Amino acid sequence: MENFTPYSSLAGGILLGISASILMYLNGRIAGISGIVGGILNNPSAAEKAWRAAFVVGIIGGASVYAYFFPVSIEPREHVTTALLIVGGLIVGFGTAMGGGCTSGHGVCGISRFSLRSITATMVFLVAGIATVYIVNQVIGV
Amino acid sequence: MNKIISALLAGIIFGVGITLSGMVDPNKVVNFLDVAGDWDPSLMFVLGGGVITTTIAYRFIFAQNKPLFAEDFHLPTLLKIDTKLLFGSALFGVGWGLIGYCPGPAVASIGFRFEEPLIVVVSMLAGILLFKVTSKA
Repeated sequence: MENFTPYSSLAGGILLGISASILMYLNGRIAGISGIVGGILNNPSAAEKAWRAAFVVGIIGGASVYAYFFPVSIEPREHVTTALLIVGGLIVGFGTAMGGGCTSGHGVCGISRFSLRSITATMVFLVAGIATVYIVNQVIGV
Repeated sequence: MNKIISALLAGIIFGVGITLSGMVDPNKVVNFLDVAGDWDPSLMFVLGGGVITTTIAYRFIFAQNKPLFAEDFHLPTLLKIDTKLLFGSALFGVGWGLIGYCPGPAVASIGFRFEEPLIVVVSMLAGILLFKVTSKA
């Protein structure tokens, strides 16, 4: 547990909650990233595309400014090839579209509404993620 | 215009929060999922902080008649736990474990690293479109 960061992770989580609350209070929307991003492509309405794009621009801009002042260092991963990133990205996109949400939409917003669907979805993707990492690390042994 | 500015503001706070939380590091995500290895429970604090804050705020927000800049709250209407929810979420979990990225951190990481998150986000968008095309048939 050498990399355990309870304080910054909790503070970051609270900010995610504030973001989700602002989006609901002002615009009446769930802050689910997979759905918001998907809607930029799939939603035919220009007004829908506009607020979704603004949200995404905000995320990238906020992350960019934060990382400018507090640089983020990430250790390179040798076994993660471009092919794996593409396959993984495809599965994440397909899965979140089919399951109607991801960590933010189901995990944060859904659980906060006590939605049974979101609580179930969160348990399922956590278990599937844990099982996948177990297989990759312990069985295949990367 | 109000809706766009408020979405931009919410996005900026999301981007700062997700970066501060450490979730933008795929190594950290994989270590969180690696309960049998060198487990890093930090992401439980991200989820916990997000859920506690949102649960409290939603109580006050849903006591209002409507959002400030919209006619009504857009909330999911589906209630049934169906195969799509279970299978889709399981698939998402597999992809998450394989690459260490879920959609939020992948999008945010474009703000300070280019290649890896961009490959993930473009593939993710392709996956979303692929689902749309195949589910229509």
